[in-house]
Amino acid sequence: MTAADPTYTSATISVLVDNEAGVLARVIGLFSGRGYNIDSLTVAPVDDSGQRSRINVVTSGTQMVIEQIKAQLDRLVPVHRVSDLTQLGPHIAREMALIKVIATTADKRAEALRLSDAFRARVIDATVESFVFEMTGSTAKLDAFVELMRPLGLAEVSRTGVAAMARGTRVI
Amino acid sequence: MSTIAPTAELPATAAQSGAEVLLRALKDQGVEVIFGYPGGAVLPIYDAIFQQNAIRHVLVRHEQAAVHAAEGYARSTGRVGCVLVTSGPGATNAVTGLVDALMDSIPIVCLTGQVPTHLIGNDAFQEADTTGITRPATKHNYLVKRAEDLARVVHEAFYVARTGRPGPVVIDLPKDILIGKAPYVSPAATPHRSYRPQTEPDSAQIGRAIALLKGAKRPVIYTGGGVINAGDAASAALRRFVRMTGFPCTSTLMGLGAYPSNDPQFLGMLGMHGTYEANMVMHGCDVMLNVGARFDDRVTGKLSLFSPGSKKIHIDIDPSSINKNVPVEVPIIGDAARALEALIAAWEADSAKPERTALAEWWRQIDTWRAKDSLRYRQSMDNGAVIKPQYAIQRLYEITRELGRETFISTEVGQHQMWAAQFFRFDEPNRWMTSGGLGTMGYGLPAAMGVQIAHPDALCIDIAGEASILMNIQEMSTLAQYRLPVKVFILNNQYMGMVRQWQELLHGGRYSESYSEALPDFVKLAESFHAEGMRATSVDDLDGVIRAMLASPKAVIADIFVDQKENCFPMIPSGAGHNDMILGPEHEGGATGVSDDGLALV
Repeated sequence: MTAADPTYTSATISVLVDNEAGVLARVIGLFSGRGYNIDSLTVAPVDDSGQRSRINVVTSGTQMVIEQIKAQLDRLVPVHRVSDLTQLGPHIAREMALIKVIATTADKRAEALRLSDAFRARVIDATVESFVFEMTGSTAKLDAFVELMRPLGLAEVSRTGVAAMARGTRVI
Repeated sequence: MSTIAPTAELPATAAQSGAEVLLRALKDQGVEVIFGYPGGAVLPIYDAIFQQNAIRHVLVRHEQAAVHAAEGYARSTGRVGCVLVTSGPGATNAVTGLVDALMDSIPIVCLTGQVPTHLIGNDAFQEADTTGITRPATKHNYLVKRAEDLARVVHEAFYVARTGRPGPVVIDLPKDILIGKAPYVSPAATPHRSYRPQTEPDSAQIGRAIALLKGAKRPVIYTGGGVINAGDAASAALRRFVRMTGFPCTSTLMGLGAYPSNDPQFLGMLGMHGTYEANMVMHGCDVMLNVGARFDDRVTGKLSLFSPGSKKIHIDIDPSSINKNVPVEVPIIGDAARALEALIAAWEADSAKPERTALAEWWRQIDTWRAKDSLRYRQSMDNGAVIKPQYAIQRLYEITRELGRETFISTEVGQHQMWAAQFFRFDEPNRWMTSGGLGTMGYGLPAAMGVQIAHPDALCIDIAGEASILMNIQEMSTLAQYRLPVKVFILNNQYMGMVRQWQELLHGGRYSESYSEALPDFVKLAESFHAEGMRATSVDDLDGVIRAMLASPKAVIADIFVDQKENCFPMIPSGAGHNDMILGPEHEGGATGVSDDGLALV
């Protein structure tokens, strides 16, 4: 109950949908129309024939709201399955980011490279004034790296949003 | 014998145009009537309609009315209503009707014209992004971009509209798809690839529900529109279950008629303008069985004060209705008829004795609440006395009952709607058409029109207000064209009555813009539309006008002048609980009024 249990939790939900026109608009419209949060959203076809897509959405709300979100998603006609990875057990959630740092002084460039090494980010573009790092990891790890780059000349960030699945043998 | 093999591109069925394939699919889906309005993008469909006799087209005067008429048709027959409108303004005009059907779970398939596929996105003449606009206004929608999808999509649309929690479905049809050749396919025999609503209730949950119900000392059965949507079997099962348990039963606005209103176990409607006994029972119960209702805010009042001491069982076919507003102990997902039948079987099979002594005590308590007679009003029978709106509806009810004809009632939205719900009593489902969730003024006249099309020999009455009726008054012309003898019974208090009531109770009597200025002469208006006009200005005229209206073979507008100051009671003010009702002037005491929090609510 919203009033009784007002704690906000985060939930990672995977949705298997028919890959048809407008299906993403239906999902996004559902969230905006009913006032739910979207912290991250990714979508791409996931089967050989390209007929089904997987949407991964990270949302937050009270437990009652998260249950509502799942029920509302599940009743959309082109939705095949809704899976709450957060609730169903251990899961992996990863995203990828491209991070551009503009640094001209030697010490800042060295520090950026040293940190990227520690975070296992890859340099995928470099000029004498800049780097673009590619990094994959949890949202928290990406956040931490972006924060560290800020004083070193962080110029631009492009993130994919979260892709997620359950650990072990369980499938959606 | 020809030696030339038939080519693969031209199978036998491909000789038909998209429009012909569309009509064939509609016919296979059992469509007999389409409510519509032509325009450029749907001309191929109208041409195909002209060349066949299986499906009848009813020409409305505004697309919103087409959808409401289809709603009336659907709700009075239990079938899917069908609408046909053109692109652009045709589609946008239909949107209010679509949302109305969505909120009240009415099965509708609405065909909208669209500009040819190669012009989509070019801001062409009468182009609108219909699937974009109607996405949140429908249960589902389709844009047919390939001729080979057309027949399948039509069949699927009907399946989606009528199964699970019913609702409106839009099919957007580009003109080139309608003109070009298209193959016909029959309805699929296989289940839908993703949409498969659960209809069978879970037996473990039924068992838990029975355990709660058998131990209940102060039970209530609270029913809603879902019982009507689940068909006659659901109403029959509800009646059996209520009688075998001896429990009190109340209903939402949308559920009226599922349980007979004149039965002693029926408490009347609950909610904002429900009876005192229904709301007090909801507040004081220890076990609540909700069948096909959705804990709407008009019903619950302030959520934190809603039925605080009860364990709740909720039967709903839509899983998203469960735990949306009110957390429940026992959710049962399934069709209302199937769930009620399972409850009946489990109740009989269960050896535990129900709490008969406690139930008798509960009924004694209910009788004291009933004794308040919360719908009481006083009608002076002096010569020339002003008609009370409640009395007008009560007499309309009594006189139609004397006649014994099959009667269907629709309403507009406002005070008259609540009085109709309180004073017109329904013994059968599917006799009551009203706009519950969306509260659409202008619903009643076109809805009555749709009902009359479906039931040509029945008595179809739109109980209206003088403000609401003007919102779709153009449909008087449709009534004339098809000789539909719909009766429009206007409770004319020269105010948007519910707005006036709220302004009186909540805004210091400042009647901002709620006076119905410059009203038409409804008698002359009726005559100009080839109908009969009548008027009652005092209580002396009332019975005569009602009898003349009901006796007329034509469409009638009866303009009933009623008390301008009358308010609709009981009333749970916004932000209050069920046990905090404002009763009418006939009662002493009553509730305290509206809190500051409540003022912000609607």
